[in-house]
Amino acid sequence: MPADPHSRRPAVGEGPLTRVALIGLAILFLAAFLALPLAAVFSQALAKGVGAFMKGLTDPDALQAVKLTLTVALIAVPLNLVFGVAASWAIAKFQFQGKSLLLALIDLPFSVSPVISGLVYVLLFGLHGSLGPWLRDQGVQIIFAVPGVVLATVFVTFPFVARELIPLMQEQGVEDEEAAIVLGASGWQTFRLVTLPNIRWGLLYGVLLCNARAMGEFGAVSVVSGHIRGKTNTMPLHVEILYNEYNFVAAFAVASLLALLALVTLAAKAALEWRFADQIAAAKR
Amino acid sequence: MTAAASTSGSAAPRRGRGFLAPTILPGFGTAFGFTLFYLCLIVLIPLGHMVLVAAGVGWTKFWAITLAPRVLHAFYISFGCALVAALVNAVFGLIVAWVLVRYRFPGRRIIDAMVDLPFALPTSVAGIALTAIYAPNGWVGAFAKAAGFKIAFTPIGIVIALVFVGLPFIVRTVEPVLQDLDAEVEEAAASLGATRWQTFTKVLLPAILPALLTGIALAFARGVGEYGSVIFIAGNIPAVSEIVPLLIVARLEQYDYAGATVIATAMLGLSFLMLLGINFLQRWTRSRHAR
Repeated sequence: MPADPHSRRPAVGEGPLTRVALIGLAILFLAAFLALPLAAVFSQALAKGVGAFMKGLTDPDALQAVKLTLTVALIAVPLNLVFGVAASWAIAKFQFQGKSLLLALIDLPFSVSPVISGLVYVLLFGLHGSLGPWLRDQGVQIIFAVPGVVLATVFVTFPFVARELIPLMQEQGVEDEEAAIVLGASGWQTFRLVTLPNIRWGLLYGVLLCNARAMGEFGAVSVVSGHIRGKTNTMPLHVEILYNEYNFVAAFAVASLLALLALVTLAAKAALEWRFADQIAAAKR
Repeated sequence: MTAAASTSGSAAPRRGRGFLAPTILPGFGTAFGFTLFYLCLIVLIPLGHMVLVAAGVGWTKFWAITLAPRVLHAFYISFGCALVAALVNAVFGLIVAWVLVRYRFPGRRIIDAMVDLPFALPTSVAGIALTAIYAPNGWVGAFAKAAGFKIAFTPIGIVIALVFVGLPFIVRTVEPVLQDLDAEVEEAAASLGATRWQTFTKVLLPAILPALLTGIALAFARGVGEYGSVIFIAGNIPAVSEIVPLLIVARLEQYDYAGATVIATAMLGLSFLMLLGINFLQRWTRSRHAR
């Protein structure tokens, strides 16, 4: 932590008894609401032994779900990465009218229920949707197919990279870029050699959060996927199907893989926050 | 719609010299153009289209669908449970944030990182894990059953799922404000004879309150729309533990597109009102902490 006058601890404080009680209460609450669910996932997954656990993971439908989840994230995350960079360049480096409206609109997907995020595409591209019959004549299927899953995921993870980069780039100002331009660098050179090195850790941070949500999204994807086993089932959807079939061990086996992904994400996120705190906007908010 | 059109219309004549402030940096046209294009394609057109479809249903039918007892009850459950969960989180989230900012103890950093677990854990995983714990044969559910009440498959279960989902919102909005508090203020209060509790309620809490309210609003908004972590533990009994997002999905599965669209649009409208409230709160927070 930097030596900021505001972060000095007050000379007055709670007595040791209050301290211990508050720490105890906080730990108890977090244990009940965070640690217990995690423990439940792994213990249920291994409830019938390692063999049953592995059987759930290596099932062809489960493998197909893993593959689809990776594919969807591999498309959705780069799309939102490009968007995030473009949006933050326009918003952070230039002054224009209507900026706060644009910022509010970029945040919009955060305040829309995941179910609605899926529904909007069903109404557009579904068989009974506005463009559905036309798409059917063209032989294109979006809803109950992979493109719909990708679209819904893109919608839900839309703001992640932009939300991280905009405050970071705003804070860094425009002097470096202006100097580069004055010295004769092209726009692309300026971005690649001046801006990108300054934002790389923030970029990675945004991608990390975007990816975690992309791989874990359930509600939006559930509405557009049609739950076709081995075809349009992502891992979170596969968890639901197995669970509803009372195949608990397999459901929790796949869930434990997703929980592991969440833990890796948290560890990477914490590492970025500690190591590069000054180069990540979120760490300062 | 008309209000937005008239604002952009009044700005248009000044566009030549006023829309973009002078700059020597290149790439605004491309970056701004792509941002707007992508935003419209992915978010604005699909959302606007849904509102148009809902408008096409007609005023009378719109209200007939939204005011049906089962739908109203789902709204009551969704908003009620989200509010209770946000308030529970306000108390415990504040304690967690306080402990993480003020005290040093072993494992603090790990606990700090774990607070974001609900952001990182897929909601369906959280849903089945919570159900496994609170179902009548689960670790905690068994105790509840012995004591004579049920947690899973009742609104209590929904509240528990929403507490899980909303926790990081409170902690992460309150933490930076707690960090920025001036040490002198507390010391002044103490030297003037205030007890620790008086200092907290009269000096610290008013400074934290705007951030706390923002956190509550964010957790509440997220809780209202939450689907994955709730549907497993809720049991989804109509007029008992049925939430609005589930009702939308149920209508969709019955090919009742009009019903699903109308309920979704009503919910979206309420979400927008909350978004306005959050913006208002954030502006208030900023103006109070302006330096």
